[in-house]
Amino acid sequence: MPSVMINKTEAGGLSLYVPKKDLEEMIVSMEHEGPGLWGGELTLADGTRYYLEPMDPEPRLPITLRAKRL
Amino acid sequence: MCAMKREEAEALIQEVLEVYPEKARKDRAKHLAVSDPNTEQAKKCIVSNRKSVPGVMTIRGCAYAGSKGVVWGPIKDMVHISHGPVGCGQYSRAGRRNYYTGHTGVNVFGTMNFTSDFQEKDIVFGGDKKLEKLIDEIQTLFPLHKGISIQSECPVGLIGDDIESVSKKKAKELEKPVVPLRCEGFRGVSQSLGHHIANDAIRDWVLPNRDDDNSFESTPYDVALTGDYNIGGDAWASRILLEEMGLRVVAQWSGDGTISELELAPKAKVNLLHCYRSMNYLARHMEEKYGIPWMEYNFFGPTKIAESLRKIASLFDEKIQEGAERVIAKYTSEMNAIIEKYRPRLEGRKVMLYVGGLRPRHVVGAYEDLGMEVVGAGYEFAHNDDYDRTIKDLGEGTLLYDDVTGYELEEFVKRVRPDLVGSGIKEKYIFQKMGIPFRQMHSWDYSGPYHGYDGFAIFARDMDMTLNNPCWDKLQAPWKKADAAAKAA
Repeated sequence: MPSVMINKTEAGGLSLYVPKKDLEEMIVSMEHEGPGLWGGELTLADGTRYYLEPMDPEPRLPITLRAKRL
Repeated sequence: MCAMKREEAEALIQEVLEVYPEKARKDRAKHLAVSDPNTEQAKKCIVSNRKSVPGVMTIRGCAYAGSKGVVWGPIKDMVHISHGPVGCGQYSRAGRRNYYTGHTGVNVFGTMNFTSDFQEKDIVFGGDKKLEKLIDEIQTLFPLHKGISIQSECPVGLIGDDIESVSKKKAKELEKPVVPLRCEGFRGVSQSLGHHIANDAIRDWVLPNRDDDNSFESTPYDVALTGDYNIGGDAWASRILLEEMGLRVVAQWSGDGTISELELAPKAKVNLLHCYRSMNYLARHMEEKYGIPWMEYNFFGPTKIAESLRKIASLFDEKIQEGAERVIAKYTSEMNAIIEKYRPRLEGRKVMLYVGGLRPRHVVGAYEDLGMEVVGAGYEFAHNDDYDRTIKDLGEGTLLYDDVTGYELEEFVKRVRPDLVGSGIKEKYIFQKMGIPFRQMHSWDYSGPYHGYDGFAIFARDMDMTLNNPCWDKLQAPWKKADAAAKAA
């Protein structure tokens, strides 16, 4: 369960940052994108998948969360 | 004049790797690469932030160096105790030339060395009592200090002293911040972890101090200048540009900075980040907790400065944008004169860099402004994200070397024969004796500042002074020269 930071990029997409691994990667897809429910399974540009506990309503970004690697 | 061809560079890497035993060769091969601007992600071509192979001459520092030397050391009105044996503090004292104003020993303490000077009995019985006594002595002798940081050296972690409890107790007694740092040198693979530990300590022990205090009168133009350590006056040369364009710099982190500036940073509107490696953790934290956006900028060389000033201005209103244009216009003729003067003397020369932090990528623009070309670049302690940023700035076929060993760097330089090498003091005399001009790029070879427009003038002069120094023709003894000439004839 690494702690990850989700942020909005300049281009408007979402990025995921794993401090421990220095990994900063674009999120290409997310199960629940809001409005309303936010989170769930997400896929990064390099193919890795993480799971975030879905949140309702969507949080203010950036936010640090515990994510599960799938 | 162009950099080596891709195949040539790759062959060179293979050749250099040949001397290693197989296991070390496999390991080192991952750290050497040839740049390709089309690479999207650095991790596909280079591995970084790994433990050095034992036995090779690495040039890295330790976590204590990253915390005390880089991040905390420049905070001038605090006393930074090197907690442990005397050497770590003494040999790193004042070496980084973080300039500051004030009266040393009265209200600022930047170049002084405070240490608990561990002896055998402190190792056996623990050093907490000594630390308490030391803090009391500091309070008596230097009552104007604004806080204390305790920078752990290796033994503190090994014997398991509880510096946190001493800190809490003394902070209450003195009513000043006392910050414990677990930056023992053996932690992590390089000084990079020290930066992280120092950032986390600021986050936990300093930033929340004024969370409920709204007495600070902020303006919409407040910015914090972070990741600039004022080496040779760098932060000052950067600050005046920001102020000229109409911004108000409320905090300098941490060159010529104070503890109250650290506490004030959450009141700023934007964090301007120069050294990404050593302060990104805090920038990210402040963005999350206080909603302050952060932006990386580059103040080396007029092209990059103009680019950065415009980028900074774009975060503010028209008044600032106008200000940025005014500043750029004001310095353009001055900069053109400098480029006109030095470019003919430096045009086409090749540079190899091996430094840390931000320099291998940030100075590329400044060299290009002078018509020079960076043919090799490497970091001591960078992570993946640094190389992601670097690759964009480098040309095709540039050598990339991560945590390069003494042997590799020497071989690369021997073969590439650059006109200038920029690295640290440990490399300086090797290359000078090889007859290659050298600049010590960690603290600007006792010169500086190099940031900002004022800094570029000095940068250009220094490069010219080093490269075109007549001494490089005098390396061969005159009688040997005559021999060579006769043979040639």
